[in-house]
Amino acid sequence: MSVIVFAESVDGKVKKNAFEAVTYGRKTAELLGTDCKAITLGKAENASELGVYGAGEVYNAGDAGFDAFDSQSFAAAIAEAFNQLGGTVLILAHSAMGKSLTGRLSVKLDAGCVSGASGMPTNSDGFQVPKSVYSGKASAHYKITSDKKIVSLMGNAIKPEKTGSASDIKSLSLAASAPLVKVLERKTVSGIVPLPEASLVVSAGRGLKDPSNWGIVEDLAAELGATTACSRPVADSGWRPHHEHVGQTGVAIRPTLYIALGISGAIQHLAGVNNSKVIVVINKDPEAPFFKAADYGIVGDVFDVVPRLIESVKKFKASH
Amino acid sequence: MKILVCISKTPDTTAKIAFKNDGKDFQADGIQFIMNPYDEWYALVRGLELTEAQGGTVTVINVGTADNDTVIRKGLAIGAADAIRINKDPEGAWDVAHQLAAQVKGQGYDLILLGKETIDYNDSEVGATLAELLDLPYISYGNKLEVSGTTATVSREIEGGTETMEVQLPVVISCAKGMAEQRIPNMKGIMTAKSKPLTVVEPAAVTSHVTLVTHTLPPAKKSVHMIAPEDTDELVRLLHEEAKVI
Repeated sequence: MSVIVFAESVDGKVKKNAFEAVTYGRKTAELLGTDCKAITLGKAENASELGVYGAGEVYNAGDAGFDAFDSQSFAAAIAEAFNQLGGTVLILAHSAMGKSLTGRLSVKLDAGCVSGASGMPTNSDGFQVPKSVYSGKASAHYKITSDKKIVSLMGNAIKPEKTGSASDIKSLSLAASAPLVKVLERKTVSGIVPLPEASLVVSAGRGLKDPSNWGIVEDLAAELGATTACSRPVADSGWRPHHEHVGQTGVAIRPTLYIALGISGAIQHLAGVNNSKVIVVINKDPEAPFFKAADYGIVGDVFDVVPRLIESVKKFKASH
Repeated sequence: MKILVCISKTPDTTAKIAFKNDGKDFQADGIQFIMNPYDEWYALVRGLELTEAQGGTVTVINVGTADNDTVIRKGLAIGAADAIRINKDPEGAWDVAHQLAAQVKGQGYDLILLGKETIDYNDSEVGATLAELLDLPYISYGNKLEVSGTTATVSREIEGGTETMEVQLPVVISCAKGMAEQRIPNMKGIMTAKSKPLTVVEPAAVTSHVTLVTHTLPPAKKSVHMIAPEDTDELVRLLHEEAKVI
């Protein structure tokens, strides 16, 4: 019996969330006293690196049909590989791809699943997994009672850890089925870490007053190597694209650092960001509710403070 | 076009979250419940827009007890033609998907729409599970949907971008922001909703593989460390030396 990790790849490369999933899989295998195996579908150039993060064996099904994602074809292949490799627990990322797969796999494997796990499982009173619920306002602890189990892992819930060495890739003979969903076009912003995967996020709200003022937000983000985000009113007014909207009805994120500029911190916004490790709030209103959820706060005008903060970051980078 | 929209009841987005019975149950006293925003604003409204433009009907379906009728009637007030309620307080996403599948199988829906997730349990699981049980294609996080004949063109959010795809009906699609705009029911809608059919059906036998043990609330945050607006160097120092995040 093994812990099987489905390692996601995109544009021929294994993603960051796959290294998180393998780290989680390796630790789960240790808890259960078994081994961890990783599987990749389609082109995955750097798959051997999965061994570095703790996969004892790495498998690939190289059928070119897997280079485009289709949830039916992927779920069938993952379920078959899981059974072939003697899987007991399946780990995958709670990503756009993972969210299309977990439900299907639970039916195919007749397995109980926890979607969006926020921490490691425990095994003293059954196999229990925590997850964040009510958009980050609480955690729920679930016990999976079926023999086969599925856990999908929230982005940034665990830090990838290097524990092993690059492994050989073993071949899995699985064929992709003809996809019913045909991908016409994929557009991604290159060179920027996607928001759900970002460790550092600079976010701004209505306090920026006008979309033409976004330069300082982007400059601060560029200086820190951070990804930009925004509050709901900003996305709703069309100042920024919808995929940058973090909050209860937008994207829920858990970066290590979240810097909020001119965001008051409505409860719906907090719901999307309160799992961040460290929150910095810069707002001219000392009564802004966001300060109560912050680790560090500055009461001041963003147009005055942010340019100075950019200079401070530059100075810091020059001396480190 | 025959469209089914799966709706769910959730606490209001501003609700204070607390639990009772050793953390097992949600403290519902004094909480206002609403239709899950993703189901209402995006799935339901887009379904209605499509039938208004091309003909057809929208049916809303919910798994829940009679307490849910207010939320279901709201769906009818916004414009759904009829409603089905599967009479069970569901145990979770697996249960909901299996109840829906048992009811929907063979009913000839062209399009099954639902929100990308519920704002209470955030599982994002029902759509894919339902699609698998019905052996249908599934697209998650759709933010644009057009239907022409029996072909649906859907854009969806992926990490850091969007993807556009094409699929033949029938299909299950989970809906996210961008799909449509919220609609406020008008007086006529509210009045006619009362007389629209709401069929109550009994649930199928379903065994879940997951049990909820308890809920916990996050530890209280230590109080905020305020820094003078002139002292951004100090903020950077703290982020590096104390918080160790840069």
